[in-house]
Amino acid sequence: MIPASFDYVAPTTVDEALAALAEHGDDAKVLAGGQSLLPILRMRLNAPGVVVDLGRIPDLQGVCDDGDHIVIGAMTTYAAVLADDLVSTHASLLSKAVATVADPQIRHRGTLGGALVHADPAGDVGAPVLALGAELVVAGPGGQTRTVTADDFFEDLFTTAVGEGELLTQIRIPKHTGWGAHYEKFVRVSHQWSIVAVAATVRSEGGTIAEARVGLTNMGSTPLRAVSVENALVGQPATDEAIRAAVASVADGTNPPSDLNGDSDYRRHLATVLTRRAVLAAAGA
Amino acid sequence: MTRIHVTVDGVAYSDEVEPRTLLVHYLRQSLGKTGTVVGCDTSNCGACTVHLDGVSVKSCNVLAVQADGHEVTTIEGLAEDGQLHPVQQAFHECHALQCGYCTPGMIMQACDVLKDNPDPTEAEIREGLEGNLCRCTGYHNIVKAVQQAAGQMRSASSGSGETADATEAAEVSA
Ligand SMILES: Cc1cc2nc3c(=O)[nH]c(=O)nc-3n(C[C@H](O)[C@H](O)[C@H](O)COP(=O)(O)OP(=O)(O)OC[C@H]3O[C@@H](n4cnc5c(N)ncnc54)[C@H](O)[C@@H]3O)c2cc1C
Ligand code: FES
Ligand code: FES
Repeated sequence: MIPASFDYVAPTTVDEALAALAEHGDDAKVLAGGQSLLPILRMRLNAPGVVVDLGRIPDLQGVCDDGDHIVIGAMTTYAAVLADDLVSTHASLLSKAVATVADPQIRHRGTLGGALVHADPAGDVGAPVLALGAELVVAGPGGQTRTVTADDFFEDLFTTAVGEGELLTQIRIPKHTGWGAHYEKFVRVSHQWSIVAVAATVRSEGGTIAEARVGLTNMGSTPLRAVSVENALVGQPATDEAIRAAVASVADGTNPPSDLNGDSDYRRHLATVLTRRAVLAAAGA
Repeated sequence: MTRIHVTVDGVAYSDEVEPRTLLVHYLRQSLGKTGTVVGCDTSNCGACTVHLDGVSVKSCNVLAVQADGHEVTTIEGLAEDGQLHPVQQAFHECHALQCGYCTPGMIMQACDVLKDNPDPTEAEIREGLEGNLCRCTGYHNIVKAVQQAAGQMRSASSGSGETADATEAAEVSA
């Protein structure tokens, strides 16, 4: 299948890209890695007049160290995130989740920024970015930037705080150096989107959990953070029994979808099982 | 129309394309490189896998304009001087195909896996080929072929590999 015709621009700076978006308004669509957008265009679910390709903007690519944060350019591919030592050292939860996305070919093209703005509730990078308390830098018309917390970034199905004419430029992640991490993704067959997945990262002292962060994939219209479970885990020993009790309520207040892979109740049950596994693995138990 | 400059299988091309042209269609229809095939509508099957600047991509999910200024290698560019690439040779010898439709993509992805990991375990091979579907073989002989090719490529690149094996064999028989 072939997309409907469009004009193509490939700016080389963020300012040029913002100017192109301002010029074409809602007729323009941003192209990052294309691994979600091109299937959408091919199926003619969308037919923009102009496609603005961010692939030739070097400033949007790469990972750097910024004191107590690492900063990931929105156009950094999954493969580059996976290969990056700063990410695996300071935000290993993200590395673990990215390793489960799609397949190697798609990870060579797909970008962290594209995935976050696409905001598919079954996507694997939303929950870790949320659990790690990331901040997202959004550039708007004229080049002003604003910073949105991950808590405020995901608004609904396929909807984020990035508005028309805006670009996500950076993902800033507070360093979680030395934290254990695990992404527990449940699928029926290989190469499948998450039915449910749980992102957990834990700082242990001795055998005790000192701090914990837990994010849920596909348990609602956006990725969710399980704050009450995070609190319940603090001070617990990293044993199966203690963690089982602390995570028992993880599905409370969630509204997961029902579909051919499982109904809502099944997903709620899965979430408790996967959270226990993820936290145990993150705590090194 | 947009003008693109792409190097495909070592040859430089300059063409006018519609921006909506998928890389796979550019390769097949403009360049006649029909070795790269289309197997699905959803970017799941991997049959269209090629290398873009040395890394594997699904060419049904890349626009030709995105390849402007870049280098593409297809299944047709793997053999050198009429000599099959070790992965091609191993697929042939291990009977790693039945209908052959998945084969171009499988071979291109297998090359990508071996580039990053010259000595993969069976599990690593299966995971590396996760985005390539085969409806015929059950994957068994595909995995065997990648293992065989890996062994050949390692001994070819170490140079001494074959001699070492031969010495070992000689010692055993002696
Ligand atoms: C076969 C297949 C299997 C997959 N399996 C998985 C999986 O298991 N798990 C998973 O998480 N994902 C999966 N994906 C989706 C994949 O992760 C996509 O790459 C990702 O969702 C989109 O990133 P991209 O860079 O390709 O963005 P694009 O597809 O280029 O863009 C996505 C959307 O975001 C917008 N956008 C992109 N970047 C920006 C920006 N910087 N600023 C503003 N707007 C922007 C675009 O306009 C578009 O609407 C799969 C995809 C395929 C084709
Ligand atoms: S044709 Fe490209 S993945 Fe199937
Ligand atoms: S040999 Fe027929 S699809 Fe693989």
